[in-house]
Amino acid sequence: MRGRLARSAPQVRLPSSFPQGVVNQTFTELDYELRRRLRFTKLGLEVKMSSLKNRAAIIGIADLKPTKRSEEKSMELAAKVGKLAIQDAGLEMGEIDGLLTGVDNVQWSMLVGEYLGLPPGYRHHLELQGATGAGMVWRAAAAINAGLCNTVLCIAAASNRERARGGEDRASMPAQFMRPYDPVGGANSRYALIAQRHMYEYGTTSGQLAKVAVDQRTNACGNPEAIFYGQPITIADVLDSPLICDPLHLLDIVMRIEGGSALVITSAQRAKRAATPVWLLGAGERLNHDSAIYSSLTTSPVKDSAEMAFRMAKVTPKQIDLVSLYDCYTITVVVTLEDAGFCKKGQGGKFVEETDLTYKGRLPCNTHGGQLSFGQAGGHGGGMSHVTEASRQLMGRGGARQVANPKLAFVQGNGGTMNEEVSLILGV
Amino acid sequence: MSMYTKPLPTPTETTAEFWKAAKRHELHLQHCQDCGHYIFFPATLCSQCLSPKLKWERVSGRGKVYSYTIVRRAGFFQKGEGDLPYVSAIVELDEGPRMATNIVNIEPEKVVIGMRVEALFDDVTPEVTLVKFKPAK
Repeated sequence: MRGRLARSAPQVRLPSSFPQGVVNQTFTELDYELRRRLRFTKLGLEVKMSSLKNRAAIIGIADLKPTKRSEEKSMELAAKVGKLAIQDAGLEMGEIDGLLTGVDNVQWSMLVGEYLGLPPGYRHHLELQGATGAGMVWRAAAAINAGLCNTVLCIAAASNRERARGGEDRASMPAQFMRPYDPVGGANSRYALIAQRHMYEYGTTSGQLAKVAVDQRTNACGNPEAIFYGQPITIADVLDSPLICDPLHLLDIVMRIEGGSALVITSAQRAKRAATPVWLLGAGERLNHDSAIYSSLTTSPVKDSAEMAFRMAKVTPKQIDLVSLYDCYTITVVVTLEDAGFCKKGQGGKFVEETDLTYKGRLPCNTHGGQLSFGQAGGHGGGMSHVTEASRQLMGRGGARQVANPKLAFVQGNGGTMNEEVSLILGV
Repeated sequence: MSMYTKPLPTPTETTAEFWKAAKRHELHLQHCQDCGHYIFFPATLCSQCLSPKLKWERVSGRGKVYSYTIVRRAGFFQKGEGDLPYVSAIVELDEGPRMATNIVNIEPEKVVIGMRVEALFDDVTPEVTLVKFKPAK
């Protein structure tokens, strides 16, 4: 089987547990899926998961109000939102002995730590792109659980204007074999490839994708901080908005803003003193190949990260009261819902079409409006806002957009082109 | 003669053969002599079996569109250095690997996933030839 590359559809018997709708996939795609499952099963047998369940809780959150333009530099944004999170946690600077920062520059967490005047402690910076915020949460819990520190401040904030155009390695493979063909598409064209393929394999429609944008805009209309507060939209509005990279319209795409988000996470002992600690119940993380030529365009590592998180938390998707899913694009939400197990693979379009995703609905999704309607801040603050919003809801601080009595939230951080995935289960 | 301002590949020792062949208007990939896979991106080890026995061979240049998009506007962090609109695509070669490329010689709206395509070699500068794809006859 190995050396024979399919020139026609292979005669392969699919396992009964195999996702439906796979018929249009090629041999290389099947190979990836089968190999992935085999590898994961093998890993599960060999590695005993060490649970972080109830070892740490979020006790403070802060989000800067999104603005279109800002004169503030990255350090000022980071320090401002970091300080707000510490105050929200009801702590003093001297009690923060851990700091995690989203980064564009090296040594950033050291610089932010001294700018804020934090005591010495655990420091690190993360670069998981959009998965940075969620990725910080379990890392902080792990450091606390290992006894390296007690209370970690996690900051994701930077100025768009200062974004380091890190001298792209012109000799790298993507620089040689991808950029010359797509000089200006950026992330938009990479995610458009996902959407196009998803439509081909599963019949997903633009109207279904648009429903995600519409419901999240309704949520934003309940959030005075959101960049699109007061501007409801309809499906027709989304479909009439200009095509940017087919099939993605302008309103299928994230809104870039200036701002940032932060949170404070502390040990189980200290959390018990907080008003409404939001407990980390489960976490999972999986990274995949970077370039679109290698990985599946329609099945993401969310499958693995979500499986791990649900396993650690010992809960199932049916028990989840609200979701906070990374939404750089509407298609990202659809694929995430499928791969995390909220619906069957390939049924994501139908699921979002039939499910009320507003804060009043059956499965509230991105109740702050998400990056689509609240905004996406630099320093990977956009991805952190999903964590702070889920925490806010669980704490009962959702204001006009409060979900009725939520106990469990599922959070997804996503980076790259759906190839850096972090899943969290939070609960009260 | 106007300057070509779009990003150009910088060949390395590992990829030199690919770009030399492209300049001759040929598509060459490395063929693993141990497991039989063709691999792309070029490498020093087979990505399937880690064998170093990779041999550059000419391939058919034929394949099908795996996915595509019509890029109509530049992204937030990009400067407008493309001739918009253009079709950015992933082509799955008959030999197995996928390549990022452009689909040309066709109206962008007429491109469909699954359509048969063949390589077209675009001499974008005197030194560099890019491998693009057009509808197969």
